[in-house]
Amino acid sequence: MDFYLTTLIQGLCLSSIALGIYISMKIFNIPDITTDGSYTLGAVVTAVLLTHHQPVYILLPAVIIGGGVAGAITGFIHTKLKINALLAGILVMTALYSVNLGLMGRSNIPLLNVSSLFTLVNISADPNYNTFWILLIFVGIVTLIIGYLLKTDFGIAMRATGNSESMVRALGVNTDRMKITGLAIANALTALGGYLFSQVQGFTDISMGIGIVIIGLGSVIIAETVINWLQITSVWLSLGLVIIGAIVFQLVVAITLDIGVDPIYLKAVTAIFVLLIVSLPRISLRNSK
Amino acid sequence: MIDISNVHKTFHTGKANQVNAVNGVTLNINTGEFVVIVGANGSGKTTLLDMVAGSVFPNSGSITLNGKDVTKLADYQRSAWIARVFQNPVSGTASELSILDNFRLAAIRTRSKGLSIGINETFKNQVRERISTLGMGLENKIEQPMGTLSGGQRQALTLLMSVMDNCKILLLDEPTAALDPKSAQIVMKTADDLISHYRLTAILITHNLKDAFSYGNRLILMGEGRVLKDLDKTQKSVLKQNDLFDWFG
Repeated sequence: MDFYLTTLIQGLCLSSIALGIYISMKIFNIPDITTDGSYTLGAVVTAVLLTHHQPVYILLPAVIIGGGVAGAITGFIHTKLKINALLAGILVMTALYSVNLGLMGRSNIPLLNVSSLFTLVNISADPNYNTFWILLIFVGIVTLIIGYLLKTDFGIAMRATGNSESMVRALGVNTDRMKITGLAIANALTALGGYLFSQVQGFTDISMGIGIVIIGLGSVIIAETVINWLQITSVWLSLGLVIIGAIVFQLVVAITLDIGVDPIYLKAVTAIFVLLIVSLPRISLRNSK
Repeated sequence: MIDISNVHKTFHTGKANQVNAVNGVTLNINTGEFVVIVGANGSGKTTLLDMVAGSVFPNSGSITLNGKDVTKLADYQRSAWIARVFQNPVSGTASELSILDNFRLAAIRTRSKGLSIGINETFKNQVRERISTLGMGLENKIEQPMGTLSGGQRQALTLLMSVMDNCKILLLDEPTAALDPKSAQIVMKTADDLISHYRLTAILITHNLKDAFSYGNRLILMGEGRVLKDLDKTQKSVLKQNDLFDWFG
């Protein structure tokens, strides 16, 4: 039971990244690799401020602004300097490694005896269940905010930008500014993922972000497969599926470890799993033709 | 309404593939005029239209809309005056968004896109009512993604979208080029009705000489980046369809 609970908790932490990737990849059609850096940045800011005993009302905005600025820089490089989005993301991600290391001062900060989001309130006596409920509420609130945002007039303009840029410009939207804002929101969400995960696992490590973008992508692709298959247009359902996608992804990883696969091969298994989800719909389509 | 003064546009300046797309065009288009521009490929029609819309900036010369110099304003800043219909239906609508979302965005073309939800029952009914005038039965499908519709349906909806918000100038860049003859006819008819009903100032680029003959109250022939012929309302009314064909003979 504990095994699945831990998986669920990890899935919820990473669903914030999945929401971020959903915005950059699905809504804006921009492959954003800043993720690896902004995820770690979120965890680093959390560790540094928590060990300096800063309250949550300072910590949370700091994490959101940190991730947002990282995303905005990628957006600026991509739109204003006309540099390929992948390269822009890689540049910012690489630079963030130094920023993160500089902020931490060392490569690992333990967070065992500091008060965190999960010691803030006591919903359940069992610390694992307590973590789960707090996470569920936290992710629920984040999803509500993003869902509302996507339904507003601003959100429609955002969703249309990745779809038909010429139309959106003709309808009076500065698409450059829109992309910068969108990448800022996406990376703020990713940083929130780092904020959550560092507190759940009780430490921040400089290398915790490596390959995290794959996890986000995998979660979104699982969701997208279902969205396309059932032709879902509802914003709420789509966001819900993205979160479920993140949990399913963690479940697959957990089962892989459970059946005795050497953790050394975990990243390879993850990559193959993502490849499978991406290619399966295409393979089955080809057969039916 | 639209004053184009001695505009020039050269692409790839100084390179082997240098193109002098527009070579000193001066045009004054009055309010309510429906100008049709014809000309061979490469005559500069589309570049001229793009300069009016703001997606291409001239090398020299100026463009004034309704008395305001907009030469340096980007396309999204000119949307306060201008609505556009593109040659490719995909360019004028967002495929993955519902018809309703597309209309909502068009309804706030001249305003800022804020953080409030603008789609409510009143708005839905307004959209249904507008769409029903097309007689395509699309009024019951407003929640459907735009991408599920045909090119003709999308162009017709783009036209309706352009008058959802205050519109003074309508730019039509070969709106029927990608359509079958029947859809093309419906789209042109819709455009003509909207232009006269809302008293729009319009510019239509077309390769269809029949359309150029039947629609509009001013006809311009472009070639090599210049205005070769400019027929006003009376001159156009006495023009014979065969004379028009002879221009391209």
